[in-house]
Amino acid sequence: MSEKKKDELLHDHNHDGVDRRGFLKCMAWAGTGAFCVMKGGVLKSYSLSRVSEISTADMMGELSFVQISDSHMGFNKPANPDVAGTLKAAVDKINALSSAPEFMLHTGDISHLSKPEEFDTVDQILKSAAPKDVFYVPGEHDVLNDDGKQFLERYGKGSKGAGWYSFEKKGVHFIGLVNVMNLKAGGLGTLGHDQLEWLEDDVKHLKPSTPIVVFGHIPLWSVYPEWGWGTEDSAQALAYLKKFGSVTVLNGHIHQTMQKVEGNVTFHTAASTAFPQPAPGKADSPGPMKVPAEQLKSVLGITDVNYIQGKHALAVVDSSLA
Amino acid sequence: MRRSVFIAGLATLILGTLGFGTGQKSYVASAQEKMSTMEVKIDNFSFGPATLTVPVGATVTWTNRDDIPHTVVSTDDSKTFKSKVLDTDEKFSFTFSKVGTYPYFCSIHPKMTGKVIVQ
Repeated sequence: MSEKKKDELLHDHNHDGVDRRGFLKCMAWAGTGAFCVMKGGVLKSYSLSRVSEISTADMMGELSFVQISDSHMGFNKPANPDVAGTLKAAVDKINALSSAPEFMLHTGDISHLSKPEEFDTVDQILKSAAPKDVFYVPGEHDVLNDDGKQFLERYGKGSKGAGWYSFEKKGVHFIGLVNVMNLKAGGLGTLGHDQLEWLEDDVKHLKPSTPIVVFGHIPLWSVYPEWGWGTEDSAQALAYLKKFGSVTVLNGHIHQTMQKVEGNVTFHTAASTAFPQPAPGKADSPGPMKVPAEQLKSVLGITDVNYIQGKHALAVVDSSLA
Repeated sequence: MRRSVFIAGLATLILGTLGFGTGQKSYVASAQEKMSTMEVKIDNFSFGPATLTVPVGATVTWTNRDDIPHTVVSTDDSKTFKSKVLDTDEKFSFTFSKVGTYPYFCSIHPKMTGKVIVQ
């Protein structure tokens, strides 16, 4: 990784200054801890270990935030008997980032069994993170037993329906979606009619140049339907976002990093801070995957996202806890 | 002659009743044993067996042997049964009093589906 210094803008087929192929190549490096920044149409990549060499101007986007996911507080099986410890390690990692994130997104499965003490523990641990604002969307483990009532009471202020909402930060429009309610037998994640109608209305008057970040628990693209890793009505949601030049979709649920670029949309899933899951089809079922104890932190992680005003794509960087 | 026949007849009747009584009791006992072994094991994100056929009045017990919580929720119109969340080793039981087919799924992991057929 350290031998890669920069990538020039090589392919500009759409004549919009975005080298999608270069970006995709950089995204593939992201899993090993690369930091990709779009600046003046040139995609630069840096190894995270050399981050101290980068000038502040190069590194700081206009907006920087962190995504964490799948903390599963309350899980205590062999795959990770100390999920509180690994969440604390994730917070340490966040606090060590040289460009301090403004806020955090938690893409769900905060708790493991929707127990009040599990939510309380996560709240307590996140208090020691430098970014004080945290925005949540629920995972299926957060809405057990009570149709999500407790989740809404804790994290749903100002949200609609089962907890969807939007907000702006430095000209970037963020949309939190809920796709873990009313799941049907044999089905995938689902957004539902009310939420889709709300989404259509929410983005209707935004300028196409507005960068959009959508975050929700279950992937909004078809990662592996056999394991329920997809959302059945996400195509409708994406249709409402077609006019925008830059859409970043951040998801969790699958406990591993994965990315895909489709036109103006970059899809990205985060690692869990609790336990890894097998790659699609590589095991009988998508359950917790045991790895040797000394390797656990290397398969858990956080995602750092930077946006530079006027540039198309957000720079999305995964780093493991090891 | 008549008296001995009468005594023999009475003895036969008594013995016959006793024998019949014993036979009936053992029939009921084995039927109860069969009923108490209606089990579905939940493991590796699946219900085993996926389709279970039971007689009317049987109680089915689901046991979660997976290292992730699951639920057992029927998907028929009347929502016949719905378990709470079952963590590892927790159980849920339901007694089926009516003939019919009862499809169900795990509401946390909807790809997990099963069926109980009550005959």
